[in-house]
Amino acid sequence: MNLHEFQSKRILMEKGVSVPRGLMVCDALEALVAARSLKADKIVLKAQVHSGGRGKAGGIAVMSIDDDVRSEAGRILRMNLVTNQTGPQGKTVSALLVEEAPQIDEELYLGVVLDRNDGHVTVMASPAGGMDIETIAKQSPEKIYLVKVDPLRGLCPFQSRGLAYKLASKNLIANQIAKAVTALYEIFVSYDCTLAEINPLVVSGEKVLALDAKINLDDHALFRRPEMAELRDRSQEDPVELSARQAGLSYIKLDGDIGCMVNGAGLAMATLDLISIHGGAPANFLDVGGGASEQVVADAMNILLDDMRVKVVFINIFGGILRCDVLARGVIRAIKERGLQLPVIARIEGTNIDLGRKLFADSGLQIQMIPSLDEAAKLVVAKAKELSAS
Amino acid sequence: MAILVNRESRVICQGITGRNGTFHSIACRDYGTNMVGGVTPGKKGTFVDGIPVFNTVEEAVLETGANVSLIFIPAAHAKDPILEAVDAGIGVIVCITEGIPPLDTASALYTVKQKGSVLIGPNTPGIISPTEKCKVGIMPGYIHTPGPVGVISRSGTLTYEVVDQLTKAGMGQSTCLGLGGDPVVGLSFVDCLKMFKDDPKTGAVVLIGEIGGSAEEQAAEYIKKEFCKPVVAYVAGKLAPPGKRMGHAGAIISGGSGTAQGKIEALTKAGVTVVENLTKVGQAVRDILS
Repeated sequence: MNLHEFQSKRILMEKGVSVPRGLMVCDALEALVAARSLKADKIVLKAQVHSGGRGKAGGIAVMSIDDDVRSEAGRILRMNLVTNQTGPQGKTVSALLVEEAPQIDEELYLGVVLDRNDGHVTVMASPAGGMDIETIAKQSPEKIYLVKVDPLRGLCPFQSRGLAYKLASKNLIANQIAKAVTALYEIFVSYDCTLAEINPLVVSGEKVLALDAKINLDDHALFRRPEMAELRDRSQEDPVELSARQAGLSYIKLDGDIGCMVNGAGLAMATLDLISIHGGAPANFLDVGGGASEQVVADAMNILLDDMRVKVVFINIFGGILRCDVLARGVIRAIKERGLQLPVIARIEGTNIDLGRKLFADSGLQIQMIPSLDEAAKLVVAKAKELSAS
Repeated sequence: MAILVNRESRVICQGITGRNGTFHSIACRDYGTNMVGGVTPGKKGTFVDGIPVFNTVEEAVLETGANVSLIFIPAAHAKDPILEAVDAGIGVIVCITEGIPPLDTASALYTVKQKGSVLIGPNTPGIISPTEKCKVGIMPGYIHTPGPVGVISRSGTLTYEVVDQLTKAGMGQSTCLGLGGDPVVGLSFVDCLKMFKDDPKTGAVVLIGEIGGSAEEQAAEYIKKEFCKPVVAYVAGKLAPPGKRMGHAGAIISGGSGTAQGKIEALTKAGVTVVENLTKVGQAVRDILS
């Protein structure tokens, strides 16, 4: 689960990190009032969207208080922001952050991640802030300083100081950086983050400020902080992906026209690969999960049938814990409830396969059962092509 | 021989009285596994289909000499049983649970490594050595058959798919294990390759990777330097859009790294036979072994 910039900054402030003065607003007039109340020469309007690259996409505007703040704010609030991370469909702007624009002397980077190779929480700091960490790593890897945190000791004050003195020589500045490092680490651990980042952390005169911040929370740990669930902004998520998740399914929208239902994440990815090898394009990734019930299977089928882009449905199941008869009942129920409009091709293997086959055969539905996965994939692609040509 | 588990393994199940724990403990025993006990606090003195239940792992180890544990404990509470198994001296810990907060896994793993135990998973189907009639996991036993191929994978159903192909093509397996689909897991491809290298019963290895992280790239580096048995690989997720978790918590391309293409290139450069069509993995292994 991702947080907006203004939500992330609120958490940083609670931990004692300074951020520019600012207000979150939802309409243009409010933005003007907020800008005036800041009493700053220069202000910045920032679109609140779950994506980086907002500036390049036109979602950030630095203005003088005498400029037409109201119409600029209106423009950004009405935007569907298409950045290099959102995909062509873009994302709606949820809110606007109106902030004072401080003087910037230096731009630094601070980030905390869990290193999946060694399982250590890793604090990263760099004097080359303002660009993303992957770019820094590519362009000047020698400018990234790392601390691997021992899980039993936690991040020690000397380690925060060590990083701070790599980024600044003045005590006044270094002390503030060290404080920000400690705060960011504590946030990462206590909120179970997948990422906690301040980029840039700016030196502004004698002050150090978090100009932008990104905090992403791990969905698997939200049970520890139920209050955080309220910060979820559903407008930033694909509605189908959202309803799929509520049904206990893992669904991701893709660009093609072949609807896929598979059990297991790896097999689901491999099914997409196979469709693509044979020249087809999948409409989605959908993993019904290992222990799916008849209801979950029916929900999954309904998601595919709801998708107007889907021309053919491909079911690929290797039943382990998921029994083929349970799968068959769910699929048949969903199709019968709606009346079948789409061709369905199924390749089914594993536990209770004979019972599953019999259920499909007795259902009277036009479901083509193909035992070979490769042949089934070829047939699905051919069918989709035939239908899009007609 | 096989790696990690064999005929001599004495296996307990933590969470044996739960629905999944009961079902799979019995299924493992039916396959041939030496299931010596189970642990559920407060259930000491009871039995699950003849398998004795203990209150603590320590007690189970004292009474049965257990050295392998299979864990079915809900994600929110799964860190404690891993640590309990380590402290009781269990050498191989198989954690099936999906959805454990990664920071919990990371901190448990730190202790696992310090004490010299091995953690398989979490979010794994487990491990099976058909040559030794030993299954510690949730995979369907009947698709496996004894033979010379070692299988290492980050995905459950994908492993079943490949094993099924191998068996149907007449090639049995020495040991098959799932590393787990989470971002932080106990064993890596490299750890397993090292064990397969020293296992005389393993003649070839199938490596099944997926997007996210760099475990496949590290495997490629190791294979190039030190691994001389033939390796066939498949990497899932070529069509995965960046920034999206593809079902597994660990299957995510972030900041342009962890792509299938990068992994395929690294493995190919290391001399691995990379198969792009999943359904041709069995055939590729047969071509190499014959």
